[in-house]
Amino acid sequence: MPEIKVTPLGAGQDVGRSCILVSIAGKNVMLDCGMHMGYNDDRRFPDFSYITQNGRLTDFLDCVIISHFHLDHCGALPYFSEMVGYDGPIYMTHPTKAICPILLEDYRKITVDKKGETNFFTSQMIKDCMKKVVAVHLHQTVQVDEELEIKAYYAGHVLGAAMFQIKVGCESVVYTGDYNMTPDRHLGAAWVDKCRPDLLITESTYATTIRDSKRCRERDFLKKVHETVERGGKVLIPVFALGRAQELCILLETFWERMNLKAPIYFSTGLTEKANHYYKLFITWTNQKIRKTFVQRNMFEFKHIKAFDRAFADNPGPMVVFATPGMLHAGQSLQIFRKWAGNEKNMVIMPGYCVQGTVGHKILSGQRKLEMEGRQILEVKMQVEYMSFSAHADAKGIMQLIRQAEPRNVLLVHGEAKKMEFLRQKIEQEFHVSCFMPANGETTTILTNPCIPVDISLGLLKRETPVPDAKKPKLMHGSLLMKDNSFRLVSPEQALKELGLAEHQLRFTCRVHIQDPRKEHETGLRVYNHLKGILKDYSVQHLPDGSITVESILIQATAHSEDQGTKVLLVSWTYQDEELGSYLTSLLKKGLPQGTP
Amino acid sequence: MAAHLKKRVYEEFTKVVQQQHEDLSTKKLRLTKPSKSAALHVDLCKATSPADALQYLLQFARKPVEVESVEGVVRILLEHYYKENDASVRLKIASLLGLLSKTAGFSPDCIMDDAINTLQNEKSHQVLAQLMDTLLVIGTKLPENPSVRMRLVEVACKHLTDSSHGVRNKCLQLIGCLGPVEKGVAKEAESQAAKDVQKIIGDHFNDQDPRVRTAAIKAMLQLHERGLKLQQAIYSQACKLLADDYEQVRSAAVQLIWVLSQLYPESIVPIPSSNEEIRLVDDAFGKICHMVSDGSWVVRVQAAKLLGSMQQVSSHFLEQTLDKKLMSDLRRKRTAHERAKELYSSGEFSSGRKWGDDAPKEEIDTGAVNLIESGACGAFVHGLEDEMYEVRIAAVEALCMLAQSSPSFAEKCLDFLVDMFNDEIEEVRLQSIHTMRKISNNITLREDQLDTVLAVLEDSSRDIREALHELLCCTNVSTKEGIHLALVELLKNLTKYPTDRESIWKCLKFLGSRHPTLVLPLVPELLSTHPFFDTPEPDMDDPAYIAVLVLIFNAAKSCPTMPALFSDHTFRHYAYLRDSLSHLVPPLRLPGRKLVSSAVSPSITPIEDPSQQFLHQSLERVYNFQHLDPRGIQELLEFTIRDLQRLGELQSELAGMADFTATYLQCQLLLIKALQEKLWNVAAPLYLKQNALASTAAKQILEETYKMEFMYSGVESRQVVIIHHMRLQAKALQLIVTARTTRGVEPLFGMCEKFLQEVDSFQRCFISELPHMQGSFVDKLLDLMPRLVTSKPSEVVKILQTTLRQSTFLHLPLPEQLHRATANIIEPTGESDNPLRFTSGLVVALDVDATLEHVQDPQGTVKVQVLYPDGQAQLIHPKPADFRNPGPGRHRLITQVYLSHTAWTEPCQIEVRLLLAYNSNRSKASTRIPKSTWSESLEALPPSENGIEGTIPFSKPVKVYIMPKPARR
Repeated sequence: MPEIKVTPLGAGQDVGRSCILVSIAGKNVMLDCGMHMGYNDDRRFPDFSYITQNGRLTDFLDCVIISHFHLDHCGALPYFSEMVGYDGPIYMTHPTKAICPILLEDYRKITVDKKGETNFFTSQMIKDCMKKVVAVHLHQTVQVDEELEIKAYYAGHVLGAAMFQIKVGCESVVYTGDYNMTPDRHLGAAWVDKCRPDLLITESTYATTIRDSKRCRERDFLKKVHETVERGGKVLIPVFALGRAQELCILLETFWERMNLKAPIYFSTGLTEKANHYYKLFITWTNQKIRKTFVQRNMFEFKHIKAFDRAFADNPGPMVVFATPGMLHAGQSLQIFRKWAGNEKNMVIMPGYCVQGTVGHKILSGQRKLEMEGRQILEVKMQVEYMSFSAHADAKGIMQLIRQAEPRNVLLVHGEAKKMEFLRQKIEQEFHVSCFMPANGETTTILTNPCIPVDISLGLLKRETPVPDAKKPKLMHGSLLMKDNSFRLVSPEQALKELGLAEHQLRFTCRVHIQDPRKEHETGLRVYNHLKGILKDYSVQHLPDGSITVESILIQATAHSEDQGTKVLLVSWTYQDEELGSYLTSLLKKGLPQGTP
Repeated sequence: MAAHLKKRVYEEFTKVVQQQHEDLSTKKLRLTKPSKSAALHVDLCKATSPADALQYLLQFARKPVEVESVEGVVRILLEHYYKENDASVRLKIASLLGLLSKTAGFSPDCIMDDAINTLQNEKSHQVLAQLMDTLLVIGTKLPENPSVRMRLVEVACKHLTDSSHGVRNKCLQLIGCLGPVEKGVAKEAESQAAKDVQKIIGDHFNDQDPRVRTAAIKAMLQLHERGLKLQQAIYSQACKLLADDYEQVRSAAVQLIWVLSQLYPESIVPIPSSNEEIRLVDDAFGKICHMVSDGSWVVRVQAAKLLGSMQQVSSHFLEQTLDKKLMSDLRRKRTAHERAKELYSSGEFSSGRKWGDDAPKEEIDTGAVNLIESGACGAFVHGLEDEMYEVRIAAVEALCMLAQSSPSFAEKCLDFLVDMFNDEIEEVRLQSIHTMRKISNNITLREDQLDTVLAVLEDSSRDIREALHELLCCTNVSTKEGIHLALVELLKNLTKYPTDRESIWKCLKFLGSRHPTLVLPLVPELLSTHPFFDTPEPDMDDPAYIAVLVLIFNAAKSCPTMPALFSDHTFRHYAYLRDSLSHLVPPLRLPGRKLVSSAVSPSITPIEDPSQQFLHQSLERVYNFQHLDPRGIQELLEFTIRDLQRLGELQSELAGMADFTATYLQCQLLLIKALQEKLWNVAAPLYLKQNALASTAAKQILEETYKMEFMYSGVESRQVVIIHHMRLQAKALQLIVTARTTRGVEPLFGMCEKFLQEVDSFQRCFISELPHMQGSFVDKLLDLMPRLVTSKPSEVVKILQTTLRQSTFLHLPLPEQLHRATANIIEPTGESDNPLRFTSGLVVALDVDATLEHVQDPQGTVKVQVLYPDGQAQLIHPKPADFRNPGPGRHRLITQVYLSHTAWTEPCQIEVRLLLAYNSNRSKASTRIPKSTWSESLEALPPSENGIEGTIPFSKPVKVYIMPKPARR
């Protein structure tokens, strides 16, 4: 039996360093190549030595696919391609290809320049790596080689995030990457057609969560910001440069526009500006509203949001500032926070989760006095708000995607084991498909039942099924020819001709004894009438020589040589008529009905 | 060479002509008329290749064919059809057959047999499909012939086994359109095939081609539309189709399920994989709800739309659609809506400022969580969060319809609707506000909900704000804090957008009159009165103060204790506002002040309220003035006109009526004045100056009559007669004036004749009304008609003069409802001192925003006029899409006007105004000419001769400062 093998090198029952190996019909594909945020040692990258100990990776992998630009999905790419060594094609969507190097460079800077690590990939390596990237469009079928083809679907989540279908022959796998089934202010919802893959590999970050509607959260957020600004207070929103930041910007921008507000909104410069540029470019990847209105005005060309300057923080009057980084642990956001924390009119809104130990986490857990470096005590009088904006599908969303794609098997990655277990049960229960959740390094084997295409000549098809009817299975007669690695269904005559064989006929003959004292031809007549009465749909004929034909089956009645009262019915048919022939014999064996003349 | 070619061309040309001639003559004998069939026949015979023939046919198809020659043409086409080998030509012929059978007045039963015969030997699938289409056309043309239909259906059933999807498609379509609907007919019919059309169509629900499956469902729906009761057995089949791979199949299947759920709402269906049974309508509802999360948005829109019309569904199913159990890490979580409600009921203000405020509470049993429900769970939650706004709008509409029929559901869906007020697309926001308004009598807003609703008041879109004001007009608020909140927010809105003044006042009027008891405790605070100290008197012109007063006075109307809380200046302000803004301030029973209405005993029915009485009395008085002397009449008229105009200003509901009568009286006054002129007594040449007065009077009367006829909605034919009569009088006056002032008789001839024609047409148009016009001008005129026709112009004028003087004043009956068309230009405001600068020769777009009231068919009649300082006028026809219809009788024009002019040296003002265009042909009295179908006959219509087109300005002109700069070289 053919099989699909899946081995997660990362993201198996875990979040971070997504890297999944798939071998399908002799092809090996690597899905994502990410880093782990939690580690700073060797564990931060997937263990590529699993693939091969000494040969070159290029010989073992047919292609690498990157789903989106988050570092836990692409962070290890330069290491993998330049330091470990891989020269094959890398596929990603256009926006991912554009934004990915910016983030990698940022990551490299922090690791090498700030933390002083050596033996890390260089800027040149990032550039070299990006040269190996092939960009794909949505719904474009890319032929990696003669048999392997891939196709991208829209996934929401972040700009350029995609789900990929990997197909060899008629076996296929869909890998979702990270996706979002509910649309937000700047991106649409993930969508996949009814492609019925053999295996669906899906993320399961929120396997046990069903989220509330986005509108309430948005409204709360806007209301809080609006109230603070109206009071004359300042609002600080610490964000990471990409993804949620853009969503919040659009949200505030449209709100300002709608409500005719005048208070300034600032956005910290640097990385974000570059990223916004790409958001402006890739309009086709955004949601319906932005796509429809960009002719009049590109929503990412912010009217109310301006670049931030350090000096602005001391300006009087209300303002809203987006500043990086998101957890208030360093940088500009922390600086601004320290300036504004003392005033109870101000407000800080944390739009995401904060790691323990950061200032963000402390203030969220209600700490009002913070010890800063230099034994300074900072009293936090400003209001602290928490607002979660997340772009992963929740449990319902995951189920919805499964319903859309109708896979034969499901495999969960990118989530916690305990939560996955719950979802796995649910999937098996609701859809009656088997569901797997391998740990890192664990291989899952899935048996597939591939279909084998067979060519059939139009003439034969028309002859065998004259009336096109429903999708019911149908019996066909023909000869299967397996020649030159291809299968063909042809008519027997043609098969004989092609193979140069002579035709042989196979006939079954059967004798049925009947007690009938009458003469032979009278018995024949009786049999004829009997059959005629029963087989209304067939052509039953009485031939002049006393024999009877039912279609092509011949029946002859002769007297028994010893006993004149017993008549022997000779039934003869070719093997094509086996069905009718055996039916006839069984019918005749029951004897003729009494009372018929 | 060239000469040779030329010769050949000539040769060919002549040859062609000859042949045509021959053929024409032979055909002439047979067909009595050089018909199109003959020419076609010639053309087709001439065609050497299929491409040629196709060209001829295409040309032929562009021209219409008369009814008489249709049959001949069909015969010729059929003849060629059998001869033709090329499938594309046959296809065209087949389509032509269908086109020809559509000809009005042609009965296609004579060609039916031939059409059916052509099917027999046809091999091409495309042609077969086209022929089926033709048969369908033929069948639909013969609705009263069941046997023909039966035959066609039989033919179609025979071809259902065709291997091409196109043919099967058409066959199903034909069966759907022509299949027998009544049971009786089906029994009489001999054929087995046509007996159960439903079964035949149902068999094709499983066809291998999705297009055929769709066609089968559509055919079934068609049968339903034609009145056939579908069998319940189809339901299970249709349910299977919901899981089809193709969106058009699913979309059609959703419709079919909906139809069945309406037909058999109460039958019981089993739930698969359990022993339970539920009502069919509930099951269908659940299934359609499921489709709201379909992969294709077309299906989602379809499903969401249909949900709205499933009103028989049980309430617990309905409420499930808004249900979405939240959980976080397998623990039950409350939705934001639930939290808000809880905070509200615990009496605490929404804090929402803690992290973990939404922390999950109790553990959930893992087995009980159902992630994909088969039921209706959360369908609307999904629909309202959909990424396509089309789906969201459909979901909001459906919510609206369901909430209107179920108060408990209305209460539940409120939170979701309020959420939609923050949608990113304006259309959705607007739709949800309108929805909320429609269900507002079923609901009472909680304070937190009101808070969210009011937040939208700051929206920069005028449409949204106005819709919200309308909503607030009919909202129930539960607490006095709510009222206060609403007032505060509305006042905020007023300061931010001063143009909303009227709308906000109106909104507060209703808010006050709906909640008198809630306003009462707020009064001291709102009026800032103090038990011991006198507070300064607020500024009477402050719109915000007026807004507060409007709220209070309207509440005071049904709350007699309230005036005791007013301070002295409040009473003064009341008197002032009652007079200046009478439509917003109701009459109050104030202590120490005699109310007008208090004199009237309550027994009098509201129809005869004093103002209406006054109107009728004053009219009565006017109509009885016969005995007065001319001066007295004039004075009486003047007084009455003044009274009426004032009445119109005071009583908005009587404004139309009062204005209408005032205009009429004005006309009469002018007429009387004109006839009083000395001009008539003295020799003509001496009074050139005075005649200017008379002729302007005539002109003005004409203008006024047009206004009366076209500017008022609700004018009936009785009024139209009077108006036309007045116009006739004005024309007579004109004629007399011209006769007196011009020398020579020649021009008078024409004028007299024209006038007599008009009298004649008046008589023709209003023959039925003439008996009511005893003693009037036209009555007398018609008596004298024989004399007039024969006499000279000078005599005619003399007769006219005397008749005009002697004729009585006609009583103008008033219709039930009469409204004057009014327009108000909101933008441009005309207050800007900054000129609009643009380069001369180029265009500048000026945004025009106006409200129109009581304008019938504004798309056709309302124009924008721009007057430049040099007297040049420009008339702009706004696009139909620029008109919006926010409520009955109201329209809103939002358009752009393009201005351009040559360079000026300094900025100057232009005038923008709205005009109402009219065409006297369009008047209600004249008979409408039925539109004919063929374009030829339309052309033949004579252009309207006596239709007078004109425009009436009906808005105040607005001045706009512009400055075209010279272009820089």
